[in-house]
Amino acid sequence: MGFTIPGTFGFELWQARYSLLRGISTTLFASGLTIVLATLLGILVGTVLAYGWWPLRLLARAYVDILRGIPVLVLILFTYYGLALFGINVPAFWAGVIALSAFATAHVAENLRGAVQSVPTGQMEAAKAIGLRFPQRLRYVILPQAIRRMLPPWVNTGLEVVKGTTLLSVIGVVELLLSTQQIVARNYMIIDFYLVAGLLYLIINFSIAQLGAALERRFSYLRY
Amino acid sequence: MGEQILLRARGVRKSFGALEVLKGIDLEVRQGQVVSLIGASGSGKTTFLRCVNMLEEHDNGDILLDGEPIGYRMEGARRRRLSEARVSAQRARLGMVFQSFNLFPHLTAEENVTLGLTKVLGKTRAEARDIAGHWLGKVGLEARRKHYPYQLSGGQQQRVAIARAVAMEPRLLLFDEVTSALDPELVAEVLGVMKDLAETGMTMLVVSHEMLFVREVSHHVVFMDQGKVAQAGSPSEVFDRPDSERLQKFLGRFHGIFSGGG
Repeated sequence: MGFTIPGTFGFELWQARYSLLRGISTTLFASGLTIVLATLLGILVGTVLAYGWWPLRLLARAYVDILRGIPVLVLILFTYYGLALFGINVPAFWAGVIALSAFATAHVAENLRGAVQSVPTGQMEAAKAIGLRFPQRLRYVILPQAIRRMLPPWVNTGLEVVKGTTLLSVIGVVELLLSTQQIVARNYMIIDFYLVAGLLYLIINFSIAQLGAALERRFSYLRY
Repeated sequence: MGEQILLRARGVRKSFGALEVLKGIDLEVRQGQVVSLIGASGSGKTTFLRCVNMLEEHDNGDILLDGEPIGYRMEGARRRRLSEARVSAQRARLGMVFQSFNLFPHLTAEENVTLGLTKVLGKTRAEARDIAGHWLGKVGLEARRKHYPYQLSGGQQQRVAIARAVAMEPRLLLFDEVTSALDPELVAEVLGVMKDLAETGMTMLVVSHEMLFVREVSHHVVFMDQGKVAQAGSPSEVFDRPDSERLQKFLGRFHGIFSGGG
């Protein structure tokens, strides 16, 4: 098969297996962490956007608008190099996760606000009518419905995050793209290995999309 | 009849912008009574009902539940708005059934009923399930307790909504045109449940266009017109001896149902 002959694709792929694996796990870890963080923070910020006391709401609004308006790469560079100027040294991996999370939080927050406001007003009124207090109304009535409505854009944000992790290569995080570049630098098989990397990203994102579709089917009973 | 006054409204006023919808409503509901509000749309019936439950805030006048003002307390001569938690506690003593059902779509029929029981009244899950089973049985839906709202017909959804409201053992149940969104053949099942409730002595304040039902079940009927109470009295007083032309005209729309008015 050629696994023993240097210079063939099979041989080089076998040689590169550990680098690729490490790259993939870094990509998956950074993406997963970012998605979890951004989802939790995004729900919080989104709730403030929808219901917050007005100074808080203004603050949340400013955060979302600013973060959505700045390129992710700028955010990443700022978190890594910019914070270092103030004496805050964040390891590259964590700087990347923080920057990506800050970016994705803004998107989740805006999606959640939209979803919350699309829940019919009668739901809030019915929740009031049985005597639920405001936090209870959010937790038991509004958010469960809003989060299910938020699924399609949430999947989208997840895909953006996975693709966004490639930017971490710029600050030296050896994720899938940088590890591929390093492999290519050794064997010069540019087309082959970028194809492999592309395929791996495709598999990750396809899985996320499928998961999202499955969740949507699971919640299809949510009709009015 | 000496039953105690449960709800008393005095001079209740409410404006939306420049439009004054309620122009001083006076009204009493005694314990165990069914009081019905009738009148053309835009006369303020629904707005008044929503003020009773603090879904709208009235601008002026008092609404007293068991003698306690709803939505505010007096500090000397000044009104202070009650905290969210206090308003919620007041709302827990009132039940409301809506025109558009407003069941929680992500919860089963049973969970719709138990939510308030566990989170507001602090019942255990087992107690709440028993109570929900009891009331879903009363409205004829015990077999549907695991169904989600979208799996139920409009009439069934509204009966679940009634069970959800009455299971909280409210002092007073508010009904806001609860049959208006239903197909005609489903109206009877909901009115039947309301009639049963009235017969158990539940105190009810009902906004309805179902004149036969209003006439049969109510102890007291209030005709509202342009934000005011135009006439109030027993069903026979209001339906058989309408004194104003406007009431005669209003009743005339239900042509053939009543001899009076026409």
